[in-house]
Amino acid sequence: MSQRNDLAEYLLRLGDSALVTGQRLCEWCGRAPALEEELALMNVGLDLIGQARGWYDYAAELLDDGRNADALAFKREERDFRNLLIVEQPNGDYAITTLKLFFYDAWHLPTLEQLSESSDERIAGVAGKALKEARYHFKRSSEWVIRLGDGTDESHRRISDAVDRLWRYTIEMVNIDPLEQELAKTGLAADPAFVAEQWQARVAKVFEEATLKLPEPAVPFYLNGRQGLHTEHLGQLLAEMQFLPRAYPDATW
Amino acid sequence: MAEWTLFEVFVRSKHGLNHKHVGSVHAADAEMALENARDLYTRRNEGVSIWVVPSAAITATASDEKEPFFDPSEDKIYRHASFYQLPKEVDQM
Amino acid sequence: MYAQLVDTGVKRVKSLDEMTPEERAFQEKVDADIKIEPKNWMPEGYRRTLIRQISQHAHSEVVGMLPEGNWLTRAPSLKRKLQLMAKIQDEAGHGLYLYSAMETLGADRDEEIEKLHAGKVKYSSIFNYPTLNWADIGAIGWLVDGAAIVNQVALQRTSYGPYSRAMIRICKEESFHQRQGYDILLTMMREGNDAQKAMVQDAINRFWWPSLMMFGPHDADSPNSAQSMSWKIKRHTNDELRQRFLDQTVPQLEFLGCTAPDPDLKWNEKTGHYDFGPIDWAEFYAVIAGNGPCNRERLETRRNAIEDGQWVREAATAHAAKRAKKQTAA
Repeated sequence: MSQRNDLAEYLLRLGDSALVTGQRLCEWCGRAPALEEELALMNVGLDLIGQARGWYDYAAELLDDGRNADALAFKREERDFRNLLIVEQPNGDYAITTLKLFFYDAWHLPTLEQLSESSDERIAGVAGKALKEARYHFKRSSEWVIRLGDGTDESHRRISDAVDRLWRYTIEMVNIDPLEQELAKTGLAADPAFVAEQWQARVAKVFEEATLKLPEPAVPFYLNGRQGLHTEHLGQLLAEMQFLPRAYPDATW
Repeated sequence: MAEWTLFEVFVRSKHGLNHKHVGSVHAADAEMALENARDLYTRRNEGVSIWVVPSAAITATASDEKEPFFDPSEDKIYRHASFYQLPKEVDQM
Repeated sequence: MYAQLVDTGVKRVKSLDEMTPEERAFQEKVDADIKIEPKNWMPEGYRRTLIRQISQHAHSEVVGMLPEGNWLTRAPSLKRKLQLMAKIQDEAGHGLYLYSAMETLGADRDEEIEKLHAGKVKYSSIFNYPTLNWADIGAIGWLVDGAAIVNQVALQRTSYGPYSRAMIRICKEESFHQRQGYDILLTMMREGNDAQKAMVQDAINRFWWPSLMMFGPHDADSPNSAQSMSWKIKRHTNDELRQRFLDQTVPQLEFLGCTAPDPDLKWNEKTGHYDFGPIDWAEFYAVIAGNGPCNRERLETRRNAIEDGQWVREAATAHAAKRAKKQTAA
């Protein structure tokens, strides 16, 4: 029973991070720096929200409390959301958006690599499909970090500022969460130590090519997305996203 | 002024043998052109392989020269399999 | 339509006798339904009108993302959000297909977009209306895309090869757009509560007339139609297309259980078509001229997107140059 709950909790973390990233990408609609980027951003968003649905469907089955995937997405409060802090940060300029995606992708990819071999077939299935998408996401966001880092003086300055602003949130990509560590031991979840190592290596490599200075490792601080301790930005995002299902609680759309 | 380069895009579909011209994209470099082409021209799983070529690098026939350029091949019907009528027993060739 | 009031610059259509040999050869090809391709000789007026028409069509696809984008962050379920994202993404893609077709005529995409942002060229009047409730997203898919499809299906047979091929591709992809819209409305009418049903009727009330206006002025007031028809960059008149759209839409409206804001709308046994009331052309011309509900906001959003993105595009260009230099050096 407890493992069942732990697993549901883990799935919500995966789903929430994917959904919130997708929601932030929706905000770019009609505002991207080039038309080609509109398509690219929307593609990533479609992949991620599709993945979120996959995780929520399974979480809903495990929770078995009458809620479905939509209820999990649209009817939970911000304290119940389990996404990484990095993904809820406002889009800012394209440097911030790019870097947010990159930090997330560099965590997401090794996570899915492991999950695609999960001892749980259902998880392995969702992750297997998501892995192909995440490989492309990572490639794309890495290239953009390199372009902006090693582009013009202005782009270098902007993405350096973005690193400065966002770096503290990367603690969540490298810390070892006890619940995930436990689940990983049984082969259900991704091993946080492996993910952390991969994340650091990938980020270091791309930063070098992007001529960006790699900061000292981030340190833990008060907030913790996995525990539902979010920045104030998440509540605003959810208020907008959840507006209709909350205004009309019993409605079908 | 165009900021990015115009690339022509060729896609080989799952069942198609050759790459086929589908349109163009703008991109800063060839790698980005490939990705932009992927997002634009294969949203519905249309392709297994993409080529991009800077539009400026393509030399094309003027369509008004169609006759001298292509008609000479029109009468060489022996180049086509249907020219050779085989007995029914071996007609699957 | 997505391209309304496209000026051909031609006062009167020339007869074959009045044409130069080149013009005549060109017109005979068009008459024989032979496609005109980028490298073929073409009258300057044809080329310019096509650039105007295709760019207007492309601009409309791109600006058309905005009214829907207004509800993208508020779509009420994961399924609806995914559908709407896919639809809006298609619109960006269709804009690109069309710009790509336009560039085969020697026009430059960035320059044409600058003209749009400077307010020198138009996009479809319909996208200057606000989306005020979720049912508007359904109404746009059903009515606006429905009207666009009627026009675009006809344009698949247009005389200019790249435009025709873009239209074929767009029509194929857009078949789901109208269904997506209608499905939103049907679900709200069949399974929805009173508030949802009221949203649907409200959306139809607001989008009904602007959708009919999409086809442009009556034929008698369309001085450019004759030349465009003879060049086959327009295949049917505004009134023909409008009637076709109306005839197919009214039964769908009745099936929804909704009404149109038109007391004169009724089936005419004699003509075999639906009759409809007078269109408020003053509103149409006001919206086209820039005094629609959202003209300023729509253009501002697009202008900001391109201006704010300039440093990004420059960075990509600069990086590509650095890379190319390194490769040559290596």
